[in-house]
Amino acid sequence: MGFFKMAGTAFTNLFRKPATLMYPVRPAKRFPNSRGTLTIEFEKCILCGICQKKCPSYAIEVDKTEKTWKIDRIRCISCGSCTDWCPKKCLHLDNPYTAPVTSEFKDTTREQHTGA
Amino acid sequence: MIKQTIIPFGPQHPVLPEPLQLDLVLEDEKVVQAIPSIGYVHRGLETLVTRQEYQEFVYVAERICGICSFIHGMGYCQAVEEIMKVEVPARGVFLRTIWAELSRIHSHLLWLGLAADAFGFENLFMQAWRIRETILDIFEETTGGRVIFSVCKVGGARKDIQPDTLVRIGQTLEKMKKDVKSIEKVFLKDNSVRHRLAGIGILTNEEAHSLGAVGPVMRASGIKVDTRMLGYAAYPDAEFEIITETAGDCYARCAVRIHEIYQSIDIIRQLIPKTPDGPVDVKVIGAPQGESYMRLEQPRGEVLYYIKANGTRLLDRFRVRTPTFANIPPLVKMLKGCDFADVPNIILTIDPCISCTER
Repeated sequence: MGFFKMAGTAFTNLFRKPATLMYPVRPAKRFPNSRGTLTIEFEKCILCGICQKKCPSYAIEVDKTEKTWKIDRIRCISCGSCTDWCPKKCLHLDNPYTAPVTSEFKDTTREQHTGA
Repeated sequence: MIKQTIIPFGPQHPVLPEPLQLDLVLEDEKVVQAIPSIGYVHRGLETLVTRQEYQEFVYVAERICGICSFIHGMGYCQAVEEIMKVEVPARGVFLRTIWAELSRIHSHLLWLGLAADAFGFENLFMQAWRIRETILDIFEETTGGRVIFSVCKVGGARKDIQPDTLVRIGQTLEKMKKDVKSIEKVFLKDNSVRHRLAGIGILTNEEAHSLGAVGPVMRASGIKVDTRMLGYAAYPDAEFEIITETAGDCYARCAVRIHEIYQSIDIIRQLIPKTPDGPVDVKVIGAPQGESYMRLEQPRGEVLYYIKANGTRLLDRFRVRTPTFANIPPLVKMLKGCDFADVPNIILTIDPCISCTER
């Protein structure tokens, strides 16, 4: 009895699709709700600075005088606090994961958006 | 007299990715004393509450632990809601409870895998984690995150689950039951697994009581206590019995966790049709003032939150007593008199979460 059961399990495992994905060759499974990279539609942004205040990891910096919106990708935890509070709804959490950054120097981990 | 040797276990040890250190005093192969020390991953999360506004602190609170993250966020929210007398809409409460129970299933499956890995059964480890992936997919689909959900907020939930998705979750869990049954057979009936677990690390009923064990560790020693029975969240709407075992050994703790997976599936099955329609959150304005205690049942046992607020948007004090912290004295007791080779096994059966403990 035990032998047949074991043989059955071995047989199904031979023909079953692997449970793992060859990531990153094959892309990871993502859903419409998945939280990933934070993006901004800068044209809509009014530089109110609420996202900076509501960010639990202090990743966003908004400068009203220089009209810039900066994000530190290493600090961002993709929680979605800023997207919830944004009065203009110009911040979005896209599905794909944030691309890896190769160095910790601030210049490379920062993205700056300068507006009109 | 036999000469005593002291062997350090951890802070780096293959069986546990987290830094728990135990100095094991050995006489030959027997452990006569275990001296625990913690403090390797202290992050000072409790102090952060004085710098982070109370609504944003939920994101910090749920990062206390990477496995039972949801219940940490939920406990913090419930504690703040209690001070502010916020009435969370019924649908929000039901969804929170469903997520909390799903977290319990995922945590227990993760533990089963780790336990299998600790006694050298790598295939079983992979099977347990393969089943767990189903739950993680449900999480990602409904909340957007696999381990950190960021879906709880003061006043309710941040995301709603569509009714058809809820029904599908119920069906998926029913299907998953079959998979869990197949690994249950190996955990509870296989001779070699039994040999590694049965009769090892015994904690008697009196010891569990006097040392203040919590969660599955306590229930495996025959004490019938489950914080969910206090009736927080939507638990009064579900019928369930507290699962206990009497042996108090590693095998009993394993059995309790496996049966709790079925119990959680059953609770979710009962809650899904009862989930009312309506909003999932209410707008919370103002700032909390006062203090509150909140007790919840984590997969690892009872967790306690204390919050003191002063009427501003920054809280005065936040304190978490995590289940692993409460389970360390029983662990020291279990290790006394055990074989050196059984130490990793016994440590794992309390389901230690050191990052949780040190916050």
